[in-house]
Amino acid sequence: MTTITVLMWAATYAQGALALAGFLAMVRILVGPRAQDRVLAIDAFFVVAMLLFIVTGMKFGTPFFFEAALVIGICGFVGTVALAKFLLRGEVIE
Amino acid sequence: MTALESMPLWLALPVAALLVVGSTLAFLGALGLVRLTSFYERVHAPTLGTSWGAAAILLASLLSYSWLQDRVILHEIVIGLFVMVTTPVTLMVLGAAALKRDREEGNPAVPPREAAGGHEPGRAEGS
Repeated sequence: MTTITVLMWAATYAQGALALAGFLAMVRILVGPRAQDRVLAIDAFFVVAMLLFIVTGMKFGTPFFFEAALVIGICGFVGTVALAKFLLRGEVIE
Repeated sequence: MTALESMPLWLALPVAALLVVGSTLAFLGALGLVRLTSFYERVHAPTLGTSWGAAAILLASLLSYSWLQDRVILHEIVIGLFVMVTTPVTLMVLGAAALKRDREEGNPAVPPREAAGGHEPGRAEGS
């Protein structure tokens, strides 16, 4: 009883903190004065979303969220590097 | 949700502590992303979440799944290594792009090109 209580409280707290972190990153995406601020915030948002998926998968005990987290991580890396490359050169593929 | 009930307390406590630490670090990183004033300060903030924030949560997930499935699960290490390898690459490219954009605008807050030893971030080696 106490074990599952501790785990559920920790998982719920982690979900809340990560959701709040995602909200803050979204604020920076909307506010960010320049394009590089928005790209940085998108990168942070992808990482936070990935961690949120992992915590949710832990809470429900299913392994299906893991693949989703992996895909989010890879898409976040590719997207952020493409956007940063575009800011650096003005084109993505040379 | 019911599968975690079989976990003993000696394993549940470290898992819960790792979850709390990791999510708090990720939250502090996002808070720094909002509160810091310049881009070059803001670059550093989310790395709290990508270094030990991600590592703690992935370690908690690894311990939890290893208990649930009665064998050692190492899938999370793939994500952990991936995040640790890709984050510096992303931030280096992004920092170089920001520096180039600031220099092209003549922003006085960044050092001019001569002070940086003649290296121009827009023209990396080998391209």
